[in-house]
Amino acid sequence: MTGEEIFADTIARDQRVEPRDWMPDGYRQTLIRQIAQHAHSEIIGMQPEGEWITRAPSLRRKAILLAKVQDEAGHGLYLYSAAETLGADRGDLTQRLIEGRQKYSSIFNYPTLSFADVGVIGWLVDGAAICNQVPLCRSSFGPYARAMIRICKEESFHQRQGYELLMTMMGGTPEQRDMVQDAVDRWWWPSLMMFGPPDADSPNSARSMAWKIKRHSNDELRQRFVDMSVPQAEALGVTLPDPELRWNAEREHYDFGTPDWSELQRVITGDGPLNRQRIARRRQADSDGAWVREAAAAYAEKQRSAGNGSGR
Amino acid sequence: MSDGIRHEWPLFEVFVRAKRGLNHVHVGSLRAADHGMALQHARDLYTRRNEGVSIWVVRSDDVVASDPDDKAAYFEPSADKVYRHPTYYAIPESVPHI
Repeated sequence: MTGEEIFADTIARDQRVEPRDWMPDGYRQTLIRQIAQHAHSEIIGMQPEGEWITRAPSLRRKAILLAKVQDEAGHGLYLYSAAETLGADRGDLTQRLIEGRQKYSSIFNYPTLSFADVGVIGWLVDGAAICNQVPLCRSSFGPYARAMIRICKEESFHQRQGYELLMTMMGGTPEQRDMVQDAVDRWWWPSLMMFGPPDADSPNSARSMAWKIKRHSNDELRQRFVDMSVPQAEALGVTLPDPELRWNAEREHYDFGTPDWSELQRVITGDGPLNRQRIARRRQADSDGAWVREAAAAYAEKQRSAGNGSGR
Repeated sequence: MSDGIRHEWPLFEVFVRAKRGLNHVHVGSLRAADHGMALQHARDLYTRRNEGVSIWVVRSDDVVASDPDDKAAYFEPSADKVYRHPTYYAIPESVPHI
């Protein structure tokens, strides 16, 4: 069999493609773009919640938030590792992010105005991420699927800590309950947009599904997320800000309103509330750390030439 | 570094022993300046939740791997040697412990 036939056969039999296998250029490029975008989202995703680490209301919440933000960094690194198996270089990917040539999830361009936002990000944003990511554990590219398995295990902690935080606030003062409702009002629609444009406007989806990189369409996953979230909102005692939201007994799903797709388009093309700030922060961190990376490389080189092995 | 931040640090493959009695298993890769830093980073990146009791790191360019194109030449000959498997040999039911 030729490489092309082996690839088609591997996909058809639902087996995994591994890095050194022959694969179509389009498959490789689609994966690099998707994995890099996913990695960038994890890295940029440290910023909205990272802003609350110094302002967390207790040592317990501070420790939890630190661990969560560290996980986001780890998820980014698992994914850069997967992208590198396809011949991408993570330094180059970072450069593309900083120069605005590669994207990250639109959700991280919204501000975190109160500590309740930390809880809502855990509950809704990480909840939406889990909906997206669980099917990716069966993605046809082995290293991506394996990275997603690690990530999904850890995301569950993220979602639960967020929901528990919100339950605690809902048991507090009326002001605290208002903060939770306000955060839900601001994050609900952007969370629905995390699944991407409607299927009809998602040109690459069909090909990604044929290659089994993606397993479900954007609209399917969005529906699944709404169905999961409604009972969770009821248990929490908050209202989801959608007057059209109601159970449809015939479909056995919740009907819901249409997100403002023009807003998603604006945020994706760089005009969201915080796009410039997020990228500026990432660029600053990259240049602030440059001397450390260079010094470590110089030290390693000196150790090698002094005959100390390479730090073995 | 002539080409900016690219290739600053080499790539390392990471192997973790999940618990005593099991083999080290490949879990992914990372960038580090040297082996010592690679071990530290592997600890932080791959064992945040009791995933391991021991870590190996290996420079990725030190790994020699079989070529997927040679898969047939490498692995198919073992398929026609059925006599290597115990089930190839017919032994009467009445013979115990074999």
